[in-house]
Amino acid sequence: MRGDAGSMTYLRPRDPEEALRLAGECPDALALAGGTDIMVAWNAGRLNGRSILDLSGLDDWRRVSTTRDGIDIGALVTHAQLIRHRELAAGWPLLAAACATVGGPQIQARGTLGGNIANASPAGDTFPALAVYEARVRVRSSRGGRELPFAEVFAGVKRTHLAPGELIVSVHLPRPPEPDRQLFRKVGTRAAQAISKAVAAGLLWTDSGGSVRELRFALGSMAPTVRRLRRAEEFLRGRRLDKGVVSEAARLLEEDVSPISDVRSTAAYRLRASQNILRGFLEGRLETP
Amino acid sequence: MRPVGESAPRKDGPDKLCGAARYIDDHPIPGALFGVTVRSRSASGRIKGVRFDPSFPWAECVVADARDIPGKNAVHLLGDDQPLLADGVVRHAFEPVLLVGHPDRATAWRALENVTLEIEPIEPVLTMEDSVSRKRVIWGDDNVFKTITIKKGDAAAALAQAPVVVEGVYRVPHQEQAYIENQGMSAWFEEDGTLVVMGSLQCPYYVHKALQPIFALPAEKVRVIHAVTGGGFGGKEEYPNMLGGHAALLALKAKRPVKMIYDRTEDMQATTKRHPAVVRHRTGLTKDGRLLAQEIDILMDGGAYMTLSPVVLSRGILHATGPYECPNVSVLARSVATNTPPNGAFRGFGAPQTLFAAEMHWEKIASVLGKDPVDLRRRNAVKVGSVLATGQVLKESVSAGKVLETAVKRSNWTAARRAHARWNKDPGKPTWRGLGLSLVHHGAGFTGNGEVYLKSRAGLAIDRAGRVTVLAGSTEMGQGASSTLAQIAADALGVPYGSVSVERPDTARVPDSGPTVASRTTMVVGGLVRRAASDLRTALAKAAGRAPSGAPAFRRAARKLCGAASERRFLAEYERPAGLTFDDVNYVGDAYGSYGFAACAVELEVDRTTFEVRLLRVFTAQDVGKAVNPRVVEGQIAGGTVQGLGWALLEQCVYKDGALQNPRLTDYVIPTALDVPDIEVAIVEDPYSCGPFGAKGVGEMPMDPPGPAVAAAVFNATGLFLPTLPILPERIQEAADEEAARRALK
Repeated sequence: MRGDAGSMTYLRPRDPEEALRLAGECPDALALAGGTDIMVAWNAGRLNGRSILDLSGLDDWRRVSTTRDGIDIGALVTHAQLIRHRELAAGWPLLAAACATVGGPQIQARGTLGGNIANASPAGDTFPALAVYEARVRVRSSRGGRELPFAEVFAGVKRTHLAPGELIVSVHLPRPPEPDRQLFRKVGTRAAQAISKAVAAGLLWTDSGGSVRELRFALGSMAPTVRRLRRAEEFLRGRRLDKGVVSEAARLLEEDVSPISDVRSTAAYRLRASQNILRGFLEGRLETP
Repeated sequence: MRPVGESAPRKDGPDKLCGAARYIDDHPIPGALFGVTVRSRSASGRIKGVRFDPSFPWAECVVADARDIPGKNAVHLLGDDQPLLADGVVRHAFEPVLLVGHPDRATAWRALENVTLEIEPIEPVLTMEDSVSRKRVIWGDDNVFKTITIKKGDAAAALAQAPVVVEGVYRVPHQEQAYIENQGMSAWFEEDGTLVVMGSLQCPYYVHKALQPIFALPAEKVRVIHAVTGGGFGGKEEYPNMLGGHAALLALKAKRPVKMIYDRTEDMQATTKRHPAVVRHRTGLTKDGRLLAQEIDILMDGGAYMTLSPVVLSRGILHATGPYECPNVSVLARSVATNTPPNGAFRGFGAPQTLFAAEMHWEKIASVLGKDPVDLRRRNAVKVGSVLATGQVLKESVSAGKVLETAVKRSNWTAARRAHARWNKDPGKPTWRGLGLSLVHHGAGFTGNGEVYLKSRAGLAIDRAGRVTVLAGSTEMGQGASSTLAQIAADALGVPYGSVSVERPDTARVPDSGPTVASRTTMVVGGLVRRAASDLRTALAKAAGRAPSGAPAFRRAARKLCGAASERRFLAEYERPAGLTFDDVNYVGDAYGSYGFAACAVELEVDRTTFEVRLLRVFTAQDVGKAVNPRVVEGQIAGGTVQGLGWALLEQCVYKDGALQNPRLTDYVIPTALDVPDIEVAIVEDPYSCGPFGAKGVGEMPMDPPGPAVAAAVFNATGLFLPTLPILPERIQEAADEEAARRALK
């Protein structure tokens, strides 16, 4: 353990108002929700000299509520809570499936959806699902609140567009029409406790003639931030999913991503695996029930 | 029930289950400084200076460098080339240069951020190929730590005439031991000047021997104590010599005890790994697949210093032919230097490297000849009377055929391969399925004359109350050594297992039983314990007038035997079994007293979308001579198999400029419980007449067969021949793309 507790300032607000006030007063403080990533950095000594704003006492931000329009997930709701949540599983099964692939049971029990978003890893397992459900992220500071479309949350690797003093309060998912086909797929380094090499979520609506009404498809670990496949999505609108069309969509995938080679995988593999997943989904071979 | 053959509960179990076991970092050492290590970032260079940031409280620290070493600046092992602290020159990334001690652990770690080494870089040699071609000479005259050759018959002539010749090149990578407890040591000096070192280690007497020249101390002024050790796998065979030396040097300079505990990152960056190897085969055969000649070339990467590389190479070459009989054999093996952290001992010790090549080569031969790879193995496998490449005649306990047939039967070989071929033909299936099998042998105990040179001693103590204690330098590191030795003692004495305890390995209290390595603890040290027990039994009978029967009689006999003394000790010293000889210059003769044999069948599927591999079934049959404790043996086999599966499918050390880029268990991927199926283990017992109760080696052999079995199964599933480990999805994708491109060209 290279973490030096003596060098750090630890703030533990008792309620949301105090949390927002402290976040405003100490904009450099690192917010701790579940702490699963923070503990790794702490252990390596990377947080020495930093301030920690421990949000884990804020039970108000730990609730899930559903309305006719959608579902509101408090920032401190854990992956384990979401995996078990019946209404989420019924209406937004790809997010539930994504949460079940985060780390292992221990990480799922501690890690939170808000923390996952704020951490802004390019490999965040829940992000493709949040992207295709077109989540809206509600943030607040001591000066007031605002709502960001999920596509506008991330600024880059480990960076968000949250202003200093802003904290994620909750995530809203609008209720989508029942898709004709859906998919969540994580390609990790192993069966559990794995970081994604690529992670995908897709929703497909077709008309009675079999033509695409709408496709939403997002990939993680394929660029500095999660990416919707805008080119492929636009191309497919109104088209029938025959062989040539599917191949063209797989080719267009490349234009919305920029995979890299790193210690976990290669750019070529990430691209090939993602293209194969997209093909399998469009051809009806890969589906999440 | 007799203790040997029982799945007796482990002696170390209750303390570990209750959290009462004290690992080195659990020992409070009053007044101790915490020591950290300043390391080179560069793979090769000259040390020009050290800058200490003046804002850091250096006055509170103790700093030691090479000039503080009272004796020789060398970590003694097979050679003296490795300095305890770099002196002027660094030869690999993360080489230790300075030591810093501070009473507060966090402050000690922060010292590392406040000191900078100024190193003038020298172009490093980072690959085996560059080392062999002498791109730059970085070690000795030619970069070669050791060259070994083995000759039997005339391989060149036989190859020239062979109807079929098959060639292949096979590569295996580094592997991290990934013991659960990182390396750690404490050291202090007693008032009489005795240096005491306590820590996580496999071989107390190695540390004992290494520390004497560094501190210019006689043997009796050095004491090494084993702390409860959380796994070793070879990784704590030689490195504790280094870390023990560091802790002791800081303690000497500080005049206070010192504790040094690595974190995972430092442990993975700086300590030893499995030797990577490139193995080339040229094999001559008859058309029906009988071996005529094997020509093998082995190259191993030893890293920057010699450490144990010559003996790793030795075990590697002695297993290079696989468990097959061939009339003409020629093997050349070399271990070379590179500017990378020294590689060292790791379960299997060179054999998994060469056996991977030997076994995968059978898959290649089978595809060239259009024959079943199992039939080819059957035809060539050794049996009693076979002559190995060294000329060793196998006289007993040769179970290659038995373990092979067990694996063939239990894996349902023919029917399963047929079913998979049907499955793979259907393009609608989401995966390709395959079944692969491998067959290996593994020599137990030290190679050649090693056991003779070691002159190991072990035995028993008995006190006036009749309490019996095993005295051995062999360490418990989770493998079950303590219960196994206690079972052997109890059985040989005719007393219950529960009445025998095991002394903690401490050079002040136990004899030198040799290192806890090489699958030698049960067979060799267990044999010494058994002989000592037999001596004790005779002495008790003599003291009592007849053999004591029952606990009260045993206690009375013990009291008589001890007389005025508080205890009596019975030690036995190693004697080579009659009839064994080995010429360790020409590599002729009995390389090992006995061999274990193992076969492993792996059934897996490869995802057609992502090329991810999922293991469906893993079955292994292993001949250990006699399972002293079947549950312990099964645990060793299952655990070693998983370690082998990890090496085959997941584990990859990524280097850049000679420095490990993934020194974390997040990115250095070892298998979790979800990555492997239940390992189905069949223990085969073909007894060895010179092992205690027939026992041969256990610990290392399970590491040998999974690699080639996995590669064979992937070959069977996909038709892609992948001669390089690990078989990551990225490699399969790359090979599949190349294959598709080749087909498109046709």
